[in-house]
Amino acid sequence: MTVSAGRRRLTGLPGVYAVTMRTAVQIQFQYRAANYAYLLGMIAEPVIYLVVWSTVARSQGGDVDGITAGEFAAYYIVWTLVRNMNIVFTPYGWEERIRRGVLSGMLVRPVHPIHYDIAFFAGWKFVAILLWLPIAAVLTLIFRPTFDVNLLEAAVFLVAIWGAFLIRTMLLWLLGMVTFWTTRVSALYDLYFTAELLLSGRLLPLALMPAWAGTLADVLPFKYTFGYPIEVLATDLSTAELLTGLLIQAGWVLASTALMALVWRVAVRRYSAVGN
Amino acid sequence: MTAGGDVDIRVEDLGKTFRVPEREAGLRASLRSLVRRTHRDVHAVTDVSFDIAPGEMVGFLGPNGAGKTTTLKMLSGLLVPTGGHATVLGHVPWQRERDYLRRMTLIMGNRNQLQWDIPALDSFELNRAIYRIPDAEFRALRDEIVELLEIGDLVRKPVRNLSLGERMKAEIAAALLHRPQVLFLDEPTIGLDVTMQKRIRSFLAEYNRRYGATMLLTSHYMADVQALCRRVVVIDHGAILYDGSLRELSSRYSPHQTISVTLDDQAAELSAYGEVLSAAEGRYALRVAKEQTSAVAARLLAAYDVRDLTIEDPPVEDVIEQVFAGSATTVEVTR
Repeated sequence: MTVSAGRRRLTGLPGVYAVTMRTAVQIQFQYRAANYAYLLGMIAEPVIYLVVWSTVARSQGGDVDGITAGEFAAYYIVWTLVRNMNIVFTPYGWEERIRRGVLSGMLVRPVHPIHYDIAFFAGWKFVAILLWLPIAAVLTLIFRPTFDVNLLEAAVFLVAIWGAFLIRTMLLWLLGMVTFWTTRVSALYDLYFTAELLLSGRLLPLALMPAWAGTLADVLPFKYTFGYPIEVLATDLSTAELLTGLLIQAGWVLASTALMALVWRVAVRRYSAVGN
Repeated sequence: MTAGGDVDIRVEDLGKTFRVPEREAGLRASLRSLVRRTHRDVHAVTDVSFDIAPGEMVGFLGPNGAGKTTTLKMLSGLLVPTGGHATVLGHVPWQRERDYLRRMTLIMGNRNQLQWDIPALDSFELNRAIYRIPDAEFRALRDEIVELLEIGDLVRKPVRNLSLGERMKAEIAAALLHRPQVLFLDEPTIGLDVTMQKRIRSFLAEYNRRYGATMLLTSHYMADVQALCRRVVVIDHGAILYDGSLRELSSRYSPHQTISVTLDDQAAELSAYGEVLSAAEGRYALRVAKEQTSAVAARLLAAYDVRDLTIEDPPVEDVIEQVFAGSATTVEVTR
């Protein structure tokens, strides 16, 4: 058998990440058409928001609370990329994982399963971003966004989208692990996703929300998975705001990872007590 | 029993009791369960003890729900027991230490771990990284296993395009790339055709011979157990009924043998020699008490023109059935 020899390949965790990310890319390329259909479907949501807000802006003489049609366009075009970064292992997948014995397979391996999910979805992002570029170009041509991006903003954005990805991965893992205790989780998931929709900046820019909602969003993690990375690129944050945002993101990454690790230990103990 | 220092798997009074919610059918019972939940204890495994020496291949037999898979899951660290103790390679399995997980493997015939959409070769790569297998060693072992299982062409196809048997072979290959010292095999040949079963059997025997791996195997196919295991542990209702050699099992639980004889005489009356199981066209099958088979055979040879005569033990399936039927309470440990 001849499979690439010579070059020394990574082992351990870096190896797990490299191989899993490569695998994810391979799989996504196998399903190019399906991926495109998925991405295009995903565009429908922001385009609706964009058309609504642009219309409102125009009817009010050019802006809504100071946000112009061009700024709305910028917001929702960046939205499409950030939404892709938000795709992580779904909480609905846990029941299937447990029922089909996939979790057992993961548990007899000497690597924490979170690494597969981070690596797999991170690999998926590279394909998604590649497929997203032409869509973004078309949206830009149609909606004429107003962008004023400096180097620092671009750099912060590149870090912030991965911070968003990590926070959401941990949060949805935490949510999904409820499955270890009960499989009747739909109502809980709905509650979570509704709160996230409203308080993350996904439905509308947080600047348009009432003050109390803005304050609430500031202390919850949702904004740092969605609204914050968009604002970095699409609005005009000060350097202090840019960096503070990154620091808060780092805090959420640490806190959600620590909480995930803790709950995981209890969840595995529960799984190994009751089996499947 | 095996000497203390020379044991790969030691199981002492291992037990697992599941607490399951219970309620009767109907609306009233349903409403009552809202207020007061009742539970029932299910004893999946009770006081199971055995030792397995390095390199030993042991068959773990029992009907559905006997506690085999629960025991395997405890030994591979997936379940925490509610009683007793076990060590495998010196580790307590359910502590799931990485050093332990790197040295064992669990192969479940009805579960798939390979990535569905990509060739098995790519999944092998993931295992290389996970188990930190050095490149040269990985390539050598992968090629060896691929050759032994004759899956050179299959590992390049996406797993979803493989048949059940082909997939199982690829699963086994993936599970052994890190050269585990202990293998837990839960129905590794389930659902496969006879040829495929045979190939997997001979592969496992060869793997054991080459690497001295210890194996604990459950299977409903007695051919698996007969081909691979000299020793069997029989379990039912969570408790061990028999632990000893397969041969001893037959002689202990089946006091009879079958004499098949072909005579020139097509109408011989043989009931004086033993219980006549069948008689057609000069071929007769007689059930005879084991200690009398030699004498009965000699008498037949003396009395008739015998064209052919064979003495056989009853099929192991029948013996096992005998064990379950006759010894619900007796425990036989003959090692």
